[in-house]
Amino acid sequence: MAEFSPPTTEPEFAENFAQLKPRMNRTEAQYESSRCLFCFDAPCIQSCPSGIDIPQFIRQINSGNMTGAARTIYEANYFGNVCGKVCPTEVLCEGACVYNEQDMKPIEIGRLQSFATLQAIDSGKPLFQPGAPTGKRVAVIGAGPAGISAACELRSLGHAVDVFEAKAQPSGLTVYGVAPYKITNEEALAEMAYLQSQFGYTVFYNRPMQNRADLETLENGYDAIFLGIGLGGTNALKLPGEDRAGCVGATEFIEQLRMGHLSTSVGRRVVVLGGGNTACDAASESARLGAENVVLAYRRGKEEMGAYEFEYDLAKGVGVKGMFNVAPVEILGNGHVEGVRFVRTAVTDGKVQTVPGSEFVVPCDMVIKATGQAKQRTFLNLIPGLQLDGNGRIIADARTGQTTNPKYFAAGDALNGGAEVVNAAAEAKATARGMHQILIAGF
Amino acid sequence: MPDLSINFAGIKSPNPFWLASAPPTNSGYQIMKAFDAGWGGAVWKTLGVPVVNVSSRYGATNYRDKRMVGFNNIELISDRPLADNLREISEVKKRFPNHAVIASLMVESRAQWHEIVRAAEDAGADGLELNFGCPHGMCERGMGSAVGQEPAVLQRIVEWVMEVAKTPVIVKLTPNISDITEPALAARRGGANAISLINTIQSIVGVDLDLFAPYPIVDGKGSNGGYCGPAVKPIALNMVKNCAQHPDVRLPISGIGGIENWRDAVEHILLGASSVQVCTAAMHFGFGIVREMITGLEQYMTEKGFQNIDQMVGRALPNVKHWEDLNLKYKVTANIHAEKCIGCQLCYTACEDGAHQAIRLNAGTRVPEIIDENCVGCNLCSLVCPVEDCITMDRRDDGTQHLTWKERTEAGDVPTEFNDEKAGGRHHWVPEPSAALGKERHKTLPGKARVLRGETNPN
Repeated sequence: MAEFSPPTTEPEFAENFAQLKPRMNRTEAQYESSRCLFCFDAPCIQSCPSGIDIPQFIRQINSGNMTGAARTIYEANYFGNVCGKVCPTEVLCEGACVYNEQDMKPIEIGRLQSFATLQAIDSGKPLFQPGAPTGKRVAVIGAGPAGISAACELRSLGHAVDVFEAKAQPSGLTVYGVAPYKITNEEALAEMAYLQSQFGYTVFYNRPMQNRADLETLENGYDAIFLGIGLGGTNALKLPGEDRAGCVGATEFIEQLRMGHLSTSVGRRVVVLGGGNTACDAASESARLGAENVVLAYRRGKEEMGAYEFEYDLAKGVGVKGMFNVAPVEILGNGHVEGVRFVRTAVTDGKVQTVPGSEFVVPCDMVIKATGQAKQRTFLNLIPGLQLDGNGRIIADARTGQTTNPKYFAAGDALNGGAEVVNAAAEAKATARGMHQILIAGF
Repeated sequence: MPDLSINFAGIKSPNPFWLASAPPTNSGYQIMKAFDAGWGGAVWKTLGVPVVNVSSRYGATNYRDKRMVGFNNIELISDRPLADNLREISEVKKRFPNHAVIASLMVESRAQWHEIVRAAEDAGADGLELNFGCPHGMCERGMGSAVGQEPAVLQRIVEWVMEVAKTPVIVKLTPNISDITEPALAARRGGANAISLINTIQSIVGVDLDLFAPYPIVDGKGSNGGYCGPAVKPIALNMVKNCAQHPDVRLPISGIGGIENWRDAVEHILLGASSVQVCTAAMHFGFGIVREMITGLEQYMTEKGFQNIDQMVGRALPNVKHWEDLNLKYKVTANIHAEKCIGCQLCYTACEDGAHQAIRLNAGTRVPEIIDENCVGCNLCSLVCPVEDCITMDRRDDGTQHLTWKERTEAGDVPTEFNDEKAGGRHHWVPEPSAALGKERHKTLPGKARVLRGETNPN
């Protein structure tokens, strides 16, 4: 018997995907903020990729200055509420909290951050305004964490900004790729609307950049172009039977889940291939959609999983079973997926070796490949002179984010190869400042 | 088992825990409930000519997540007819003959005092407490603290009371005065049998930032009230000590002010109180708190070998000295126990900004280091440290030398000129003023997000 019944109504969906970091009420925020020690040179700030002055905003919450708290957060990171909810705070700010040194519960920084920013979002009270116009125009490709952060920063510096987004909604993976129990669509989109209302950039939705002509239009119409394109679809496994119905990529599965909620189909027996955070998410989500049996299969040992420990714990907590040192050989079935043939593996000298003769079949009716997102090489090759490193990441100046095509700048997953929302938000802000310097000084 | 019973100036009580005259003692119902819960005595809500109260009567000082660290009220004395109160006093005494019921009184004329003293005693009160302390509402009418602040008036009224009183008379003192021993001495001269202190401190507990009015707000306005609760304990302890140490007061003291657990009660007792009175804590948590107070006191007495309360009364008084009698040769310095340190560095910033720059940070570790030669032994770091016993103040002198300010003065060995060589800080290292600018300043000041990618301000 599965732990979760398949949700048939939105309230049931919300229950199955209950928020991991629910919104604090004012009393809870008051109590939690009271615990903050106000450390000197606080480790939480040091471990925040966007460098938010955490003790300051917590102190502002504690003294009833919610607007000031929100401002402190947004000054460092435009994805304030999003990061409060989706950041792996356990390994970032909360992981660095000195309370851990005493085996005490760290301050719930993420939830406090969301408490303050949601208050600002709900009030609609503007905290920022566009800078005095510079006459410069910037095109931003991608309305994800990098693109929107860059747009906000560029607007605050006075540049006109148009954002071009391939999909229908902003915030990128926040609304398309993050597990629904981390943030709801409404919340993610509310923060985007709040930002846009303050900074006044324009977003063109359903406008994918598909060819050289599309880019030339931007190159001719704008003084600089910011690449916030993130990563692409799930990497192909190149296994026999991968094209069978019921074998899907995790990125695509989660996008369907975020957009369709109840219309998302899930198997009764699901095999998730991969050992990263996305694999844990996909497994967890399958269970919450009512799958009776969910197996997470990883080709290395448990200790080598890329997923954070708490992410795997979360999946285990909803009944997901881990299967380690196994590699998929073939997706079995007749039109539709009926099972996965695995072979056992052993890791010697860091290399995965298959164990001959150890093959076995795990029956299932759905396979989710959580084997990483592909780089957008095809698109990036459309940009003249743009160089990528050996891993397909954009090469850019460390300080300004300028790529090897001087008109293009980059930040986020396309630059760092795939990291957290907070990394993209922080990098994009810094890149936007680099762009500003170059736009003002002249190329 | 230690004996918790007391005989306070002739008023007997099964334990030293009394409810102070206040809202919790407004009725026989409350007092019976309190006695049933374990309270040893109760001072009835002040009797007099009944008053009319306002709605919205209390305000609180909250500190961070702690509610009612301080508390104030603008409520007056009993608003119930005297006859009702007297009838209930009789009823309580009948049901609880061994518990102490003390009638708090506040009236104006000699005749009224005589009348109410007789009435209270006839009703069965074990003693009387004269309310010369209330700092709001009644004092404007020439009663309460208006009496407590005028030793001559206080003495005269005590004399009126003593003309007719047959039971022990306690004078309750107001702290709204520069020297608490003056009214205490006046009470003694008037013939009182005991004193109780402190009454509430005149206060404004807070201001509403939107309505521009003080709390508690009555139809957009407010008034000064009387402050009490945990926040006032240090003031109460000092005043209890002053009365207990004064050679001419020599009256039993009922300690009041910030008592909410056994520890607070013991502190009052060690400084000279022989009964204690509680109000705010009972208003906050209910009468049930007395169980913890009784068991805590019993445990403490057992561990210390005290058989009865009298053995404890004033035990700390010999160690409360004038500053000039303290040993200048005593020397402690801070010691950070690195294995306990969690690296918050509150000690560092406190010492840097608030004390003597005697703590440094070293690269590669979050554990700060004490600069022994700069440490004056002020305790600040050990007070701000959030970890139990992580910073201890360790004795550095060998304990053989003793020299006080008084002795140095008598020996002519004290600084007397503005730039005297004998100045205590003369040879103490302090950094150059300009050293304050730069170094870690920017990462330390609040409101400064970490600089990313080594960039400078783009504007």
